Amino acid sequence: MLKAVILIGGPQKGTRFRPLSLDTPKPLFPIAGLPLIQHHICACAKLQECKEILIIGAYTTNLMSQFISDMQKEYHVIIRYLQEFAPLGTGGGLYHFRDQIRAGNPTAFFLLNGDVCSDFPLRELWSFHEERPSALVTIMGTEATRQQSVHYGCMVREPSTKAVNHYVEKPNSYVSTLINCGVYVCSLQVFHTMAEAFQKKQDVFYSGNGQNGHPGYMSWEQDVLAPLAGTNKLYAMQVTNWWSQVKTAGSAIYANRHYLELNKENDKESSGQPSCHIIPDVFLHPSASVDSTAVIGPNVSIGAGVTIKAGVRIKESIILNNATINDHALVMYSVVGQDASVGEWARVEGTPSDPDPNKPFAKMDNTPLFNTDGRLNPSITILGECQCPNLFIIIIIIIILISFIYKGVNNFFFTILFYRYT
Amino acid sequence: MCGSDKKLGEIRALILVGGYGTRLRPLTLSRPKPLVEFANKPILMHQIEALVDAGVTQVILAVSYRAEDMEKELTEQVSKLGVSLTFSHETEPLGTAGPLALAKELLNSNPEPFFVLNSDVICDFPFKELAKYHRSHGKEGTIVVTKVEEPSKYGVVVYKEDGEIESFIEKPQEFISNKINAGMYILNPSVLSRIELRPMSIEKEVFPFMARDGQLHAMELQGFWMDVGQPKDFLTGMCLYLTSLRQKNSNKLYDGSGVVGNVLIDPTATIGKGCRIGPNVTIGPDVVVEDGACIKRSTILRGACVRQHAWLDGCIVGWRSVVGRWVRMENCTVLGEDVIVKDELYVNGGQVLPHKSIALSVPEPQIIM
Repeated sequence: MLKAVILIGGPQKGTRFRPLSLDTPKPLFPIAGLPLIQHHICACAKLQECKEILIIGAYTTNLMSQFISDMQKEYHVIIRYLQEFAPLGTGGGLYHFRDQIRAGNPTAFFLLNGDVCSDFPLRELWSFHEERPSALVTIMGTEATRQQSVHYGCMVREPSTKAVNHYVEKPNSYVSTLINCGVYVCSLQVFHTMAEAFQKKQDVFYSGNGQNGHPGYMSWEQDVLAPLAGTNKLYAMQVTNWWSQVKTAGSAIYANRHYLELNKENDKESSGQPSCHIIPDVFLHPSASVDSTAVIGPNVSIGAGVTIKAGVRIKESIILNNATINDHALVMYSVVGQDASVGEWARVEGTPSDPDPNKPFAKMDNTPLFNTDGRLNPSITILGECQCPNLFIIIIIIIILISFIYKGVNNFFFTILFYRYT
Repeated sequence: MCGSDKKLGEIRALILVGGYGTRLRPLTLSRPKPLVEFANKPILMHQIEALVDAGVTQVILAVSYRAEDMEKELTEQVSKLGVSLTFSHETEPLGTAGPLALAKELLNSNPEPFFVLNSDVICDFPFKELAKYHRSHGKEGTIVVTKVEEPSKYGVVVYKEDGEIESFIEKPQEFISNKINAGMYILNPSVLSRIELRPMSIEKEVFPFMARDGQLHAMELQGFWMDVGQPKDFLTGMCLYLTSLRQKNSNKLYDGSGVVGNVLIDPTATIGKGCRIGPNVTIGPDVVVEDGACIKRSTILRGACVRQHAWLDGCIVGWRSVVGRWVRMENCTVLGEDVIVKDELYVNGGQVLPHKSIALSVPEPQIIM
């Protein structure tokens, strides 16, 4: 038997995903029509041996319960949400719930970061791990550019055995182009190593009179993986599959494109005749109402209850539930928030922010919304829950929640007209 | 009454066409400025028709370049109106007065006064009233003045209650008058003795001296006035012209469905379903506006095509240009002849030279070579 653990963090994480994460927890943000972590669940459920999926995070249970019960019904596998009592870091939560993971005595468990997107080659990863009896943890690794590698966990492998003999999380200088994808197979013995790491943290905590953060706080990467390097217990399997992190809204559009493409290959079942002109790939929720004169795609996901009126053009965008796009409007490189309304002939246009296509292995630059000068970095446009009236143009802008845009907005202006939570 | 009309009929007119119309580029790269259609009619034809209406039988065009096509086309159009057209070619630009000296023989051929006008002016041309007023005061010249909101940008005209001009003041800092020279005059042939055959400004080197001699009167223009020599003013002038058509209850204005405000649509143009056209739009012959387009404050010239769901505000679309689907163009964008704007682009204040195809958005005003 195998298990899977998905780490989703908490509401104080995912701030780079604002304002989208203000409305929906980031792990539930729809990419290609499915909540972000449903893609993880789907990959885990495909493995017959995987009997239980544990989702660990600091979001309150009521935010997650509906999703969990939906997933239970859909995938016929045990899925549980374990809420951390405090943010314990990537390792702390895992260690805290070790008994839940060990219960039933699984051979091993998969560990997946909630904010990565991939087609998750779990079967291959499991075989790789099984072939190496000394392995406590096998990391899925991928190649990055020299410049971008330093933003990730960097690994150096012994070429013949594939054992990791050096691991550094986000180094200051170049270490290796092989990076950690945040997808692992772990043997249960890893908890022994974690116990040692936990003990060390406790020692530091009590010797510092409780000044050094939470006693249960532990970083999986820094406190567990890095010490395991060079002990022949840590391995890395390099994959060439598509992989990306979803840190910013710009990367959501990029991930959307890839998941749409993957889903097309995986399930060929067509959902009937499309009701309008579709340029693939497009996800159209069955409950969305789309006028026959609209032109949609490529790379568009349209959520439940969305209304798309006559002559609308949408490409490279995600339209969240119950939004309305009125006649003749154009939406590109944008996320349109829940219940938002885009007026007639309005133009909502963001800046494409894909990885540099001319550099092999380039990843998304997950740049924050603002640069160090306080200027808005060009990115996709995000319309929160707001009204964008007729004829207006919005380019490269983030509009947060229940705003009414009464004026055309051009380049590089940043407007927060009304912010619900302040 | 009959007698005075006959007298008017002997009046000649000289139109100062001048140079290449660089301010109206990129349109004037394809067509001489006098032939660029303003409200579906060449700019010059607005003036010639008004002159013919006032009984003018001979029009002299002072041009500083040769354009045989223009001469042929204009001669053809004008002959239908029963007026003769003479081209007076300058070998070097002669300013606003020099061309009168060049055409001296023609203008001196009879003692009747003649009209002089700048070719960029659009208004309710008051030529009949001008001639009448001129004869009533018996002085050498009369100039038409118009009221402007910001006189400090122009040279203003100061005149007495009876119309006699006292002085001209260039760009006054303090308010003196809000009347400016509207670029339309009627002059007696005697004025020609004040003009030499050299580059010379009628405003600076002729009128001030006539005013000094008490020989110059002003007549105030009623209604709108605009110098349409550059794109921004061209569009403003179009709005004023269409408003004036509305006030006159002209049946030229279009009143079909999908139209808002004052709109002029040539009968040969096709308009799709679900469009919103207007206010202040002129659509030329053979233009195709496809379904769901929205056009405001714009001129679409002959043979152009505005494709589905495009949105235009404050644009001039040149002859045979194509504006793609879901394109947004605004802020005084001017497309030259035969320009193609690809689907879904945004053009903000672009001036696009003829025969160009644009595949990238133009987010800030610029010239696209």
